[in-house]
Amino acid sequence: MPEKKEYKVIGTRPIRHDGVDKVTGRALYGADFHTAGLLHGTVLRSPHAHARILSIDTSRAEAYPGVKAVVTAKDLPAAQDKIADLGEGAVNLKYLCDNILASDKALYKGHAIAAVAATNAHIAEEACALIDVAYEVLPPVLEVRQAMKPDAPLIHENLKTGSMGETADKPSNIASHLQHKKGDIEKGFAEADVIIEREFVTGTVHQGYIEPHNATALYNPDGQLTVWCSTQGAFTVREQLAEILQYPISKIKVVPMEIGGGFGGKINVYVEPVAALLAKKSGRPVKVLMNRADVFEATGPTPASFISVKMGATKDGKLTAAQTRLDFEAGAYPGSPVGAGAMCIFAPYNIENVLIDGYDVVVNKPKTAPYRAPGATNAAFGSETVIDELAEKLNIDALEFRIMNGAKEGVKRADGPVFPRIGFIESVEAAKQHPHYTSPNGKKHHGRGVASGFWFNIGLASSVTINVNPDGTINLVEGSTDIGGTRASIAMQAAEVLGIPAEAVNPSVVDTNSVGYTAVTGGSRTTFATGYAAYEAAQDVKQQMIARAAKLWEVDEKDVQFADGEFSCINGKEEQISFRDLSARLGETGGPVVGRAAVNPPGAGGAFATHIVDLEVDEETGKVEILRYTATQDAGKAIHPSYVEGQIQGGVVQGIGWALNEEYIYNAEGTMTNASFLDYRMPTCLDLPMIDTVIVEVPNPGHPYGVRGVGEVPIVPPPAAIANAIYDAIGIRMTELPMSPDRMLKAMGKI
Amino acid sequence: MARKTHVQTQLNGEPVEFLCEARQSLLEVLRDELHLTGAKEGCNNGNCGACSLILDGRLVNSCLVLGVETEGKTVETVEGLAAPDKLHPIQEAFLENAALQCGICTPGFIMSAKALLDTNPNPTEHEVRYWLAGNLCRCTGYDKIVRAVLDAASA
Repeated sequence: MPEKKEYKVIGTRPIRHDGVDKVTGRALYGADFHTAGLLHGTVLRSPHAHARILSIDTSRAEAYPGVKAVVTAKDLPAAQDKIADLGEGAVNLKYLCDNILASDKALYKGHAIAAVAATNAHIAEEACALIDVAYEVLPPVLEVRQAMKPDAPLIHENLKTGSMGETADKPSNIASHLQHKKGDIEKGFAEADVIIEREFVTGTVHQGYIEPHNATALYNPDGQLTVWCSTQGAFTVREQLAEILQYPISKIKVVPMEIGGGFGGKINVYVEPVAALLAKKSGRPVKVLMNRADVFEATGPTPASFISVKMGATKDGKLTAAQTRLDFEAGAYPGSPVGAGAMCIFAPYNIENVLIDGYDVVVNKPKTAPYRAPGATNAAFGSETVIDELAEKLNIDALEFRIMNGAKEGVKRADGPVFPRIGFIESVEAAKQHPHYTSPNGKKHHGRGVASGFWFNIGLASSVTINVNPDGTINLVEGSTDIGGTRASIAMQAAEVLGIPAEAVNPSVVDTNSVGYTAVTGGSRTTFATGYAAYEAAQDVKQQMIARAAKLWEVDEKDVQFADGEFSCINGKEEQISFRDLSARLGETGGPVVGRAAVNPPGAGGAFATHIVDLEVDEETGKVEILRYTATQDAGKAIHPSYVEGQIQGGVVQGIGWALNEEYIYNAEGTMTNASFLDYRMPTCLDLPMIDTVIVEVPNPGHPYGVRGVGEVPIVPPPAAIANAIYDAIGIRMTELPMSPDRMLKAMGKI
Repeated sequence: MARKTHVQTQLNGEPVEFLCEARQSLLEVLRDELHLTGAKEGCNNGNCGACSLILDGRLVNSCLVLGVETEGKTVETVEGLAAPDKLHPIQEAFLENAALQCGICTPGFIMSAKALLDTNPNPTEHEVRYWLAGNLCRCTGYDKIVRAVLDAASA
């Protein structure tokens, strides 16, 4: 194990800085924003999953008392079929605009068609009902394999498959095909003594954040557009607004309000541009709130998928070949996370021969959005189930099989990157030694399963400014939305550098006019990258403070040392001053100290997790009850262990929901029939036991404190771990998600 | 514009009066008319519990109560829980246990927990889970929330 470093602040569990605001109801989320003259906007949505829009007549709505503005796609600048770079990757601008307000076709039930701003939300809703839309209803395409058929109805008449640099001649619903190759797949299977090949189906699931999307926009007569919203990234909202509205980025200020969950689903804009159009037309501030059905029907779920996995191993347990085909539903516009799924699927293992094919396929469902390790959970459901079956056939303990074949430093992934120091083996060993795994598990219909997961994590740009206060505290200004305690985890890294308590840092998440560019809170990057920026900004403060001490003592800067919050002179002079006391003397030594840093760190460092689950299958009802759950994970270095545990527990429970209950249920017309929290059944606390966590710390060489992103990977193993435990309980391999009571009863031959 | 009704109620220990349309929920009245935004709207149909508050001593989803129904009644919201210089023990326990991440469900959970502990000061873990099953949290996996409520009960 690497050497353990001693820290004063890192690894402790201070109260989060925004905690009091959030337990007293004072924290202001997007929907809580209020300003004088506020209008309320409501969006009219398509009742059809696939329809051509023949005409839209808004005259009756415009005449309705209390209505101040009505907008349709005609109010958007004409979108070119061009590629816009939005910092998070290239996006076709026409698709982006059409998803905000449909121009020619409605591509899913719930697709925005028009919007009304009125003096209250009830009037706006009534006026929406007065908008006359003529549709030509078209047959919907609702499932990936159906959409890939040559005779499937076309969703986009001009979409042609892009495949490794080539574009097909004929239009198709297959937007793109990707491939990763390593070694010789035929040779690998020839070397195998045991080969398992299985097919898997996963349903469409939603991120399920409790706060619906919201935005309030205000246009000033000088052209300044201000948008208050709940988003994972104020800067990406600014970029998307600039592209969609074709408006100068410098005239847009995005104010990030507190955010009520995102999980990847609050990166794309939906109501923000609509609020801006209504504000411009009405000359008043306009707030647009989604309702829960809108959130399900019109914001990014994560895709349903069809996955085939074939893996082979020698009789002494060495994996020799792995092949997969991943067919992912992109939703109405191209851009599923199939690429990320392809990067992750076999990443935990050192396999010489790998072939991965991925297909991004449009269907008449809402455009998918990232959801916590996007693509990786779908993929791991397939690969980790096949790994379990191989271990069983080879009569090798499932965790031992993972250790025997586990990836470590120097192993090259099929998609190219070579792993730096990683902690996969350590996470599996922690699981293997855990009392949960070594405890007996033999009751009838009880089963135990394990599975592992990988997520690569990202770096990207972050900026931090630190202002030193005269009482030895610091004000830390950042641009990262705090979804789960990152004010604390970022502040703690600055505090560690400066030798001050976490409580001596006042972190503020500010608007796009007030801090340097900062990418989204996503990709498990915030504690890593914005924390890195805080570290660097604190180093900048430290250097400036050293200069002040040197000035005070009339010595060279190189003769001033800083340790444990104290500056001292090392050239023989008996001088010492604390960070706090020196902070009080900034005025006399040259004025304020402001530290700054802008970083784009490359070494995000991948995260690995291994989970153990015990469950019971009720043979009468088909219900699966989770009895015990343990998750181990390499966190690199846990800055605030409570919030690392929280990320693990939250990810596990989302994974349990995905595994057992959650799915979009569509009728033949393409209407989601369960667009409410009653019928889209997310786990409640009554469905669950406590979730045990084991934080493994293999420091990430790409971060000064060894941090790895922790937020996403814990959602990856649960569906496979639960499927493997169900097999252990009843001897049936489940290959379709969710493993809901009806599917369980069918698999057991009871219905 | 629908005609408005004059309503008088006790809100967090203070007499309050407001005008509201018959169709406005208590949640809408609190948020849009009185600008008390501690109760959150997550679903507006009683499924998520983010708008939980206590009405005449009883836990309710304020999205399922009409504003006009509060005439002469007592309403307790999260805003009324803390003393000026001290948080309520449940609020303290949520902070100590890191029982929130995004925090949008937190006011609802805290009000549900208060309603539980008001009637059952020493609940078992199962009783806590049963009572809080009407409140959805998507961030925490509930582990730390359940621990916080058990901690608050033993405080």
